[in-house]
Amino acid sequence: MSDDVWILGIYMTKFGKYPDRDTVDLASEAALAALADGGVTMKDMGVLAAGCLMGGGGIAQQIQKQIGQTGIPAFNVSNACATGATALRTAIMAIKAGEADFGLAVGVEKLAGAGLLGAGGRPKSDKNEWTPSGRYGAVASTDGRIGTDSMPGVFAQVGMEYGHKYGGTSFELFAKISEKNHSHSTLNPKAAYQKKMTLEEIMGDMMIAYPNTRPMCSANCDGAAAAVVVSDAKLKTLSLEQQRRAIKVSASILTSDPWQEACQVLPDVNTLTKVAAKQAYEKAGIGPSDLDLVELHDCFATAELVHYDNLGLCEEGGAAAFFESGATWRDGTTPVNVSGGLESKGHPIAATGIANIWEVCHHLRGEAGDRQIEGAKVGLAHVIGLGSACGVHILEKSSFG
Amino acid sequence: MAAQIPIVDYLVLGDQPHLTAHECTSCGARYFDRRNACANCSGTDFRHVNIATDGEVRAFTIVTFAAPGVKVPFVSSIVDFDGTSARGNIINVEPTPEHISLGMKVKLATYSLGTDDTGTEAIGFGFEPINN
Repeated sequence: MSDDVWILGIYMTKFGKYPDRDTVDLASEAALAALADGGVTMKDMGVLAAGCLMGGGGIAQQIQKQIGQTGIPAFNVSNACATGATALRTAIMAIKAGEADFGLAVGVEKLAGAGLLGAGGRPKSDKNEWTPSGRYGAVASTDGRIGTDSMPGVFAQVGMEYGHKYGGTSFELFAKISEKNHSHSTLNPKAAYQKKMTLEEIMGDMMIAYPNTRPMCSANCDGAAAAVVVSDAKLKTLSLEQQRRAIKVSASILTSDPWQEACQVLPDVNTLTKVAAKQAYEKAGIGPSDLDLVELHDCFATAELVHYDNLGLCEEGGAAAFFESGATWRDGTTPVNVSGGLESKGHPIAATGIANIWEVCHHLRGEAGDRQIEGAKVGLAHVIGLGSACGVHILEKSSFG
Repeated sequence: MAAQIPIVDYLVLGDQPHLTAHECTSCGARYFDRRNACANCSGTDFRHVNIATDGEVRAFTIVTFAAPGVKVPFVSSIVDFDGTSARGNIINVEPTPEHISLGMKVKLATYSLGTDDTGTEAIGFGFEPINN
């Protein structure tokens, strides 16, 4: 017996627009399907962790009321774009602690038509008088006056900063990353968008925050994902078929950002990802060259580039050359975001950190159909939530049966 | 002269406008907002330091789509002022990729945000290119 934890069942809804269904409907669909995929029921679960970033609190109990109020501990988690990974990490920790044999993690979001995230002014006062408020004593909204609060702008600067440090970046390079992901999603029936886009179309589309045009930004959409995790000891009591399809969680890491100069001026998404990746590789006993596929947090095309480096997929400073070599296309040496990524598959925030694990599991189980990465045995899933939180999971195919 | 108020309390007005920061006396970490303790070393003792007014652009973006009420286009940037990074708009420049480059030299500049009903003028700041 080991202290390994396994993914027993996992599911993601199709990402897209669901005008007639609410977050509880979508979360319930994902949870019930993940339970069915694992051949278990709500009665088996010892712990539930769930998140819905924009939906207020209490999603876990709302889900229980739809699929089974069994009285187990329920954790409502919120960790920006890493909310889903945090729910999963919470369930995994409960199993590692010996508090539960089975756990359920759920992430859901409704974001279709949500528009620009992160930005916004402060409410207008009735009085026309400059009045300092907040921790900076600001007399006016600072968004647009002292830099940008908008996510496309913040992550544009993240990519530009990498270019300043190491060179090799350009508007065209970032657009080519988006071209890859929009091409990959044509094979993913669960993606919000499955339309191939040419480089010209991407570069010629509406500019949001240079160098990110609209298709280079994550797609706001609705969706949910859920995973059932199980202890190693319990898995060994289950059927051979359940054991064969189980995916080993070789590393489950969650980090926050260690202090760095400037990290409170421009969010530092690099250091905490590097720390998480290093811990994950050590824990799993594998290296970046062993990965058959990677799902990383391409909330913007400018972000995908820096994470090639942060996850150690290329040598330090070599992300642009690494991408230009074709390595991250689905037929390359390290396929990245074969699902289409956040730019094309979509980014219903709290669902993302479980949906990317579903994608990796799907390939490791050999069930990914037209977009199957042949012979995939090990994969990595990464998410970043600004603030910041980073989740890295390394997953391995079962050696049972 | 009418009263003036800075857009944020870390902008110091006067003959030579500049930014100021709270510096941790034990580790030297700098913060533009007030602090309960240092995020780097948990020290609780801070002193005011003036930030250099000449710097180098480390990252920028040209925002052409923003939240309602935010005027576009504008250039957001992260500028290195002698080892202290600050965020602000690059002003007094065409907001196009041809006119802004990584590594370009800029200096702090101020401008009026308007006058309120009491006659107080709010002053904003940005970074403008240094023409060599």
